[in-house]
Parts: sequence; C-alpha cells; structure tokens
Amino acid sequence: MADLKTVRGAHLAEGSPLAALNAQMKNVAPADRAATGKLIGAARGRVNGAFSAREAELAVAEEQAKLAAEAVDVTAVATRYVKGARHPLSLLMEHMSDIFVGMGWEVAEGPELENEWFNFDALNFDEDHPARAMQDTFFIDPVDSHLLLRTHTSPVQIRSLLERPLPVYVVAPGRVFRTDELDATHTPVFHQLEGIAIDKGLTMAHLRGTLEHLARAMFGEGAQIRLRPNYFPFTEPSAEMDVWQPNAKGGARWVEWGGCGMVNPNVLRAAGIDPDEYQGFAFGMGIERTLQFRNEMNDMRDMVEGDIRFSQQFGMVV
Amino acid sequence: MKVPMSWLREFVEIPADITHEQVHAALVKVGFEEEDVHGFDISGPVVVGQVLEFVGEPQSNGKTINWCQVDVGEAEPRGIVCGAHNFVVGDKVVVTLPGSVLPGPFPIAARKTYGHVSDGMIASTRELGLGDEHDGILVLSTLGLDPAVGTSAIELLGLDDFAVEINVTPDRGYAMSLRGVAREYALSTGATFTDPADAPAITEASGFPVVIADDAPIRGRAGVRAFVTRVVRNVDVTKPTPTWMITRLALAGIRSISLTVDITNYVMLELGQPIHAYDLDRVAGGLTVRRAQAGEILATLDDKSRTLDPEDLLITDESGPIGLAGVMGGASTEITDSSTNVLIEAANFEPISIARTARRHKLGSEASRRFERGVDPLVAPAAAARVVELLVELGGGTVDELGSDLLADHVADAVDLPEGYAQGLIGVNYSADEITDSLQAIGATVESTETGWSVTPPSWRPDLGDKTTLVEEVARIVGYNRIPAVLPVAPPGRGLTRAQRLRRTVSNSLAASGLTEVLAYPFISQHSNDLFGASEAGGATTIKLANALDPDAATMRRSLIPGLAAIAHRNVSRGLTDLALFEVGTVFLPEAGRSYGSTSLPLGYELPSDAVLADLRSSIPQQPWHVAALFLGDAVTRQPGQQPVSRGLADALATVQLVAATLSVEIDIVTGSHHSMHPGRTAELRVGDNTVGYAGELLPALAQELDLPRVVAVLELDLSVLIQSAAADVAATPIVSYPAATQDLSLVVPTEVQAGELLALIREGAGELLEHVRLVDDYRGTGIPEAHKSLTFALRFRAVDRTLTQAEATDAKNAAVALAGERVGAELRE
Repeated sequence: MADLKTVRGAHLAEGSPLAALNAQMKNVAPADRAATGKLIGAARGRVNGAFSAREAELAVAEEQAKLAAEAVDVTAVATRYVKGARHPLSLLMEHMSDIFVGMGWEVAEGPELENEWFNFDALNFDEDHPARAMQDTFFIDPVDSHLLLRTHTSPVQIRSLLERPLPVYVVAPGRVFRTDELDATHTPVFHQLEGIAIDKGLTMAHLRGTLEHLARAMFGEGAQIRLRPNYFPFTEPSAEMDVWQPNAKGGARWVEWGGCGMVNPNVLRAAGIDPDEYQGFAFGMGIERTLQFRNEMNDMRDMVEGDIRFSQQFGMVV
Repeated sequence: MKVPMSWLREFVEIPADITHEQVHAALVKVGFEEEDVHGFDISGPVVVGQVLEFVGEPQSNGKTINWCQVDVGEAEPRGIVCGAHNFVVGDKVVVTLPGSVLPGPFPIAARKTYGHVSDGMIASTRELGLGDEHDGILVLSTLGLDPAVGTSAIELLGLDDFAVEINVTPDRGYAMSLRGVAREYALSTGATFTDPADAPAITEASGFPVVIADDAPIRGRAGVRAFVTRVVRNVDVTKPTPTWMITRLALAGIRSISLTVDITNYVMLELGQPIHAYDLDRVAGGLTVRRAQAGEILATLDDKSRTLDPEDLLITDESGPIGLAGVMGGASTEITDSSTNVLIEAANFEPISIARTARRHKLGSEASRRFERGVDPLVAPAAAARVVELLVELGGGTVDELGSDLLADHVADAVDLPEGYAQGLIGVNYSADEITDSLQAIGATVESTETGWSVTPPSWRPDLGDKTTLVEEVARIVGYNRIPAVLPVAPPGRGLTRAQRLRRTVSNSLAASGLTEVLAYPFISQHSNDLFGASEAGGATTIKLANALDPDAATMRRSLIPGLAAIAHRNVSRGLTDLALFEVGTVFLPEAGRSYGSTSLPLGYELPSDAVLADLRSSIPQQPWHVAALFLGDAVTRQPGQQPVSRGLADALATVQLVAATLSVEIDIVTGSHHSMHPGRTAELRVGDNTVGYAGELLPALAQELDLPRVVAVLELDLSVLIQSAAADVAATPIVSYPAATQDLSLVVPTEVQAGELLALIREGAGELLEHVRLVDDYRGTGIPEAHKSLTFALRFRAVDRTLTQAEATDAKNAAVALAGERVGAELRE
C-alpha cells in the first residue's frame, strides 16, 4: 500500500508527467485548450481509477491476511462458562406443581417443624392408634411439648382447609422427615407432593381422573393408574396407587407410586367442614421415589449427598 | 403376617398347583400388600437314613469326628463324616445326598474331608431351616417319627411347603390369623371358606376363680372384655412337637420351643387369639386381673425385672403379679419340663391398654401386636377349646371340669348405610345386590330399611363403625378396578404465589450463573449453630431433636452454611475442588427465653376454638426461607492464555448483587464483622436499616477445621425478608435518550477512607445529573502521599430534558469534589 502511494505520487503529484503537461496548457492555442484539457482530465481520471482499483484490491488482501492471522483453535478457547444446575428434586416438584397449577389448583405450603395436632390428631391418628407409632417420627425435645418434624406434608392439608374458603384444590410439595437411617432406599429427610380437593360431589372416580392426568403429563399418553385397597387413618376408602409407566427403559411396567383415598370425615370435622355437605380426595407421593423410577436411579444416596456431578447431569431440566 | 400354604388350604379351597404370585395377587386385590415369600429352599435327594455303625476319629484340631455307615435305602450303605455326637447306632436321621441343595444355597456333593470321602451330609434342624439347633443332628425319633429308610425327608418334614408374607394394615387386626387371611382369600377368589373357629368342641367348665377388678380403665374403657380359662391335667409337656406343627410355625416365623408353647402359638396364628399357658400347680389360688400399683415389680418370661406403672393391666394370683396382661407372662408360673397340669387363658384385652403397656416396657410381642389391633372378642372360647384339643391329642392330657367363662357381651352397633351413599362416594353405580352381597360376604348382617340398609358388622371388624368404612368394604370387595377416571374441574386458580415465584426465580438465576443447587439435611451440631446461627459468639438458641439419628447432628439449623460446608467437604474429598454451591431452604429460629409447644392437644375429631387454634399455630418457632452460597477453588480455571481466577469474596458479593438484581431489591454492602468470618473480608448486607445477611470469607482457621481450603467465600441472605422487601410492582422510569457526558475523576484520600463512602459522597455531591458512577482504579505509590491512595471513578452525566454541555458536567463533578473534600479530606489528583 505504501508503494502504491509512491507510484501514485509519481503519476499525479507535482512534477509528474501529467502535472507537467498541465503546466504546458498556457502554451496551447486557445482554440485547442478545451480539447487538450479534456484529454489531460481523462488521463488523470484513468490513472486515478487504476490507482483506486488497485487500492481496493490491496485492502481486501490486507484484511484477509489479518483475519488469517487472527484465526484460533475454537476448541481451545479459554472459557468463562461455569456450569450450574438446579437439584432434580426441586425441578421435579416444580414440574409436578405446574401440572396442577395448569388445572387451576394452587400450591400450599406449611412449616416443617409442626405441632403434633396438625401432623396426627387432626388427621384422624388417635393418640393410641398403632398407625401413629408406625410413622417413625422425629420429636422435638422436650417430647411433651408435642412438637415434631412433620412425617408427611398432610398437615398442610389441614392448614389449607382451615385457612382457605371452600372449595379447596391444593397441592403441597415439601420436605418431610422420618427416623430412617440413610441407605440405598431410605433417607431420613425426603420430599413429598400431596394434593387435596374438597368440594361438593367429589368421588373416588375424580381421584382416579386427577391421578391419571398427572401420570399422563409426566409419563406420556399411555400412562394409567391402578388402585389397590390399603389403609391410612386420614382417608376412607384408602388406596395404594400404581402407575403404568409406558416408556420405562426396561419396558413398560407397573410401579408403586403413592397413597390416596377419600378424605376421612373426621379430618373434615377437625377443620370445621360438614362431611355431609362436602367431601373430597387426597393423594401423596414421594418425590425421591418418583425421580428414582422415572429417571432410572438406583441409589437414594446420590440425591442427598450433594455431589455436584449428580445435579449437573440434569442442568435445568428433569 | 406369614401364611403357610398347607395351613391356609385347611380353611379355604386353593388349586393344588397355585404359585405364590397368584396367592399374592389374590390378597393384594383385597388390600394386603405383597411383602415376601418364604420356603425352606431345599431340593434334591434328601432322605431318611439309618446309622448302621460309626467310628469316632480324634483329629489334630482337638475335635472328634464320626465316620458313619448310613443306610439310605440303597444296595450299599453310604460313608458319611459327621461332627455331631448326639446319636447312637440305629438312629434314623435326615441325609442330604450329593445333588441336593440346602438354603444358602449350599449344594451338597461327595467331598473329601478328614481323610474320607463323605458321600452326603447328616442334617441338623438349623441346616433344614426348622430351628436353631446346630450342635447336634436331627434324630427323627426325638420328633416321634420312625419312617422307613429311604423315605423323602422333604415330604416327611413338610419342607416343600411355603409361606406368603403379606402386610396387614393396622385397621385389619383380624387378618393376623389364618382364619382372617383364609376369609379374605375366599372374598377375593370366591372360593369356599370354612371358619376354623367353628371346629373345636367347646367343653363345659367352671369353678376356677377369676376376678376382674379394673378400677382405673384407660379412656373409660374396661381393660378386660373376655376371660376364658380351661385346665388340662397330666400333660406330658416333654413330648416332641409334631413335625407338621414345627414346619408351619417355622414358616410363620416362630421358633419351636416346647409342646405347650408351640400349641399356644399355633392356636394364636390359627384363630388370632393370643393364649397364655400357666403351670396350674405354680398358680396360687385363682386369678385376679387388676391395674398395677405404683412401684410393683414383675419378673417377666424374658428374665427381666420390670417396675410396673399404674396404667399396666396385670394378671395376679395370691402371690402378686404373675403376668403383664396381653403382653408377656411372668417367670414364676411358667411351664417347665416338670409341669403336668396346664391352665389355659384365652382373654380379650382392650387395645389401648395393651398398646400403652407394650410401648412403655418396649415389649412388642406377637400377642400385644394382635391385641393392639383388636382381637375378635367372641373367639376366646373356641381358641381355649382348640388348645385343650391339641394338649389332649399331642400331650396326652385329659380335659378337666375346672375352668371359667367370662364371655364378652359384644353387641356391635348397627350402622345406617343410606341408599346412594356408596355410589356418591366412589363414583361407581353399584347395584343394591352388589352392596348387600359384599357386606354379607365380610360377615356383616344387612337389613333393608326405608332409606337404605342397617348393617351390623361382624365381631372381628371393630374398624367398621360408620357408613364410610362400609363403603370401603363394598368398593374393595367389588374391586377398585371398577372405579372410572373422571377429571374434576377446579375453580380458576391464581397461579403460584409471589413468594413461590420469586423463590424459583432466585434459584434459577443462581443455577444459570454457574452455581449448583444442593439440598442439605437440616440437622447440624450445636457447635455449627453457634458458629453460623448466632450473630455473636456463644450459645445459639436452637431447637433440639429428642431422638436424633446422629447425636452430633441433633439440633435444627439456624443457618444454611454448615450444610453447604459439609457438602463442599464431600465434593472436595471426591476431587471436585472448584465449587460454587447454593441452597434455598428453611431455617429454624427459636427466640431465646421463649418456650414452644403445647402442654395438651385438642381432640382430633372436631374444630378447635379460635383461641386454641391460634395457640397451636403460634406453638412453633419461625421458619423463614434463606438462600446461601459457598465458593472455593477457581472461578476460571487455568487455560491457554488464561491465568486461573480464584474464588473468594468477589464471588460472594457478585452473587449478592445477582440476588438483589433478580428480586429488584437494593441490597447495601457495608463493612461487617462476624465471629466466624475473616475480620477484613466480611460484608454486612442490608436492605434499608435491616440487616438481611452477610457475605465474606470464612476465618482461615475455621476453614481448616471444616477440612476445606484456606479461602472459602460464603453468603447467607434471609430470602423471606428480601421477598417481602421486593416491590410488588416495579415502578419503571422512562429511558432518556439525550447524549451523555462522561468524565473521569481521581481523588486522593487517606487509605482508611472506603471507596463505598466516596461513591456515596460523589452521588450526593454531583446531584441528579449524575446518572452512573463506578470505581475504575485504586493507585498508591509514586506521586501519592504516604498513607494515602488515589481512587479513580468513571462518571456518566445526563440530563432528562436537554443535551448536557461539558461545562455543566464539570460543574456537577466539582460539586462532588468539594463535598468529598469537606467530608473526608479528599483532594483532586493533579
């Protein structure tokens, strides 16, 4: 480009042949001046044009050389990205809650450290009933303060019935506690999602319909719900529910998923609701268990240890 | 409940070739969850053999083994090495021949041992799964057996039987018996059921003195509902228990002990009625059932001396307490090898009383578990008669006229089941026949009324007390598979609450910016709470667990940081040394000097008063949501052309700013101090005048104590307060597009003046034309006086209504310089 500038000077600047010719104009006969000027102008134009063309050519070559010099190995560029992740249990609870929000339900919450009344008495667990001793409960010291860590999210159902106007359709996701030592299939701290619907004329068929909708939203159109008789103090009739998981890795299968039933009239009474006017259903499932069979996980410990490799497999999706 | 198949077949028709899967499926259908299947797991040639001769051969290890010739019904006897010594020539024994497999699995083969080829093995009861005896082999004559040599021992001993194990829910106590399970199997399959309670012939007896003196019923319920006694004399209690009984008991999970005990257990399993057998000759006078007196002591069968509680229901004789009613007998009247006359007790005790006693003395027994769940109050006479029958038949005893009959005056209340109620609760159009047939099938009496039915439940179903429980029976017997799926329509909802939405948003923001969410257990040590859960060093007020799994983690967290630190340690120990962790979770914040809880609880079946409800609600400590994060290692790792960037305070503060920006809340970062944090690298976080958390680096010594690298940055914020502080609706200001004027400003100040302070002064001094200011440099050294520093700020000015001139911007800047000079002695750097 510098050379080009020199050559351009030689052709056009002071002392160049064209400049010299121009200086001779005063000697040209006036009649010929216009034609001569035109010729010199044309020559100057041609020279200028040649220079511009060459200049553009050189600029492109120079830019290309620069780009070539700036090339890097894109597989070795220093990264500023740091991988983060949500915990899959949180994501799964949010996903399940959203399915219910989509049906018009609301999400309710309550304290993890609860008064025994909300966790047991109001849920039709008689103080001497064996079922009360069956739930391996963490009690708060002193024991006669009647405080505990909730053994299920069901106390949120009672609080919801006490606080919300009827009809009530809520789910309660959250953390619950039982005195099980941590191993591959147990953890003393785990998560549940429970739902309760109290309205006029709700039946066990509505319970099944709701669960089937949830199952299809989570496991695909082919999912089904199967109910088996069981016993829980807070529901009557009670059922164990299995889900047909059509897309399970090892082939479609039935999986035990949770418990459910029609809310026991005593539970409604504890919340001041007339069981002859209103009735409804409740259900609950473990989030860890759901993650376990939905995402083919064998060991519960991976979910609680906080190894970042575990959550980072999921990123922001479960 | 473990149910031996051969036993179940006695009371209900079952196809011969049925599999345990089919039995489980039938029972699951009526509400008994499948638990397991138990068999003896013995296969192959296991036969009766007779010892023809044996030679004792002392070994170098001090043992003597016997080299035996055993006739197993083949042409030639087999040579077998046996380590036991409890047999003589001529004894018949069980021989497992090569090719057979014992539980383990333990395949038997001819193998060389102690200098011989042992052509099989002589089995002990333990090896066969029939008992615990393993010092000696099983000599068949001790079981009263004298089978032909070569007979299959698997058939002889019933080792081809198996038991299905099912889970019996606490409302269905009657199913803790063969009688109950057989009835349910029949209900599920339609097979014919024969009630074993109808079989025993009940003999008349009287004259044995029994006094019921319960002067302190629990919750108003008398402790005894039925009490039947019978006497069988001249029993040979040392006779062996028959094999079929040992086998069935073993499959049901009960070890054979002695003929009398085995018979009482057998009848309990068969009919669901716990039985107690006393040595009649050791009982002083008659029996009195009463509550214990405070401080009374009873030596129970398990050789423990127990101090009794006035709520405990006792069986006593003239000598004092001889048994904890329905829970465990006493040692003083136990049957021994020299007993001959047996007193049988078949009683029905109140569930609550038994449950409390069993819990109090930590004495859950097969008997107490049945009483707690409710035993059929009418089955006691049949059970006593069945024991009599077996003691006569197997123990050679004779039934006596001595005995007593206190029978339950059981009258079940009829329950009204209105027409349409079942359909309205289940959503299935049951026919009237389906309803009445189901209820009759479970043993209820059903009468039609004008509005529906009057249903009297059977004596063994105390759980059927209202119309809802009856409907469950109908639904269960007809089958839950009849219930259709109908999606209910909820009224329009309002979506997530604001707090729920914002908590999610914060979590998503943190994860998207490179932090990994963890969920720690909320159990930590008091020491950890003292470190991070209290604003000053010293004891944090904590909630303590009464029954913590780990005594070193027995308090509820006041802070999320100890949990993050423990998880960080776990990751570091697994070689994951660059960490950015966060948790959004609840903490438990009891106030010092305040006690929590309720002294008594209201009833569960009715709405408590507003005052009582308010007390219940305020009985628990505050449990707000916090967000916390922890950083260690490198933020940017070493790469080509890139030096590593270590994590530290900057990451914690950036994350505070991220949370603030996410929630659109202004969080002020000011110099702070915390007893667990680096004294020069800790920031207090404020919203307005409220402290909402802190951020900084841990004290290096503490990081070391936590097994973490020296630099660990943390932050913790009260998310509940932040969310409350976030504006409900962000008030937006219009964006001004007039050009900006930018200027740099260098101020020289004493080193102790904080940049934050100068920033605030510049904002105040420059006034509203200053749109943005940030610190760009901190210079010390040549040209700057000792103990001073030069801070350079980039200022951006803009007016909302005109193009600003440089002169106007300079005036504003000079005002800022003047204010900073006046307040902190700042001078413009030339």
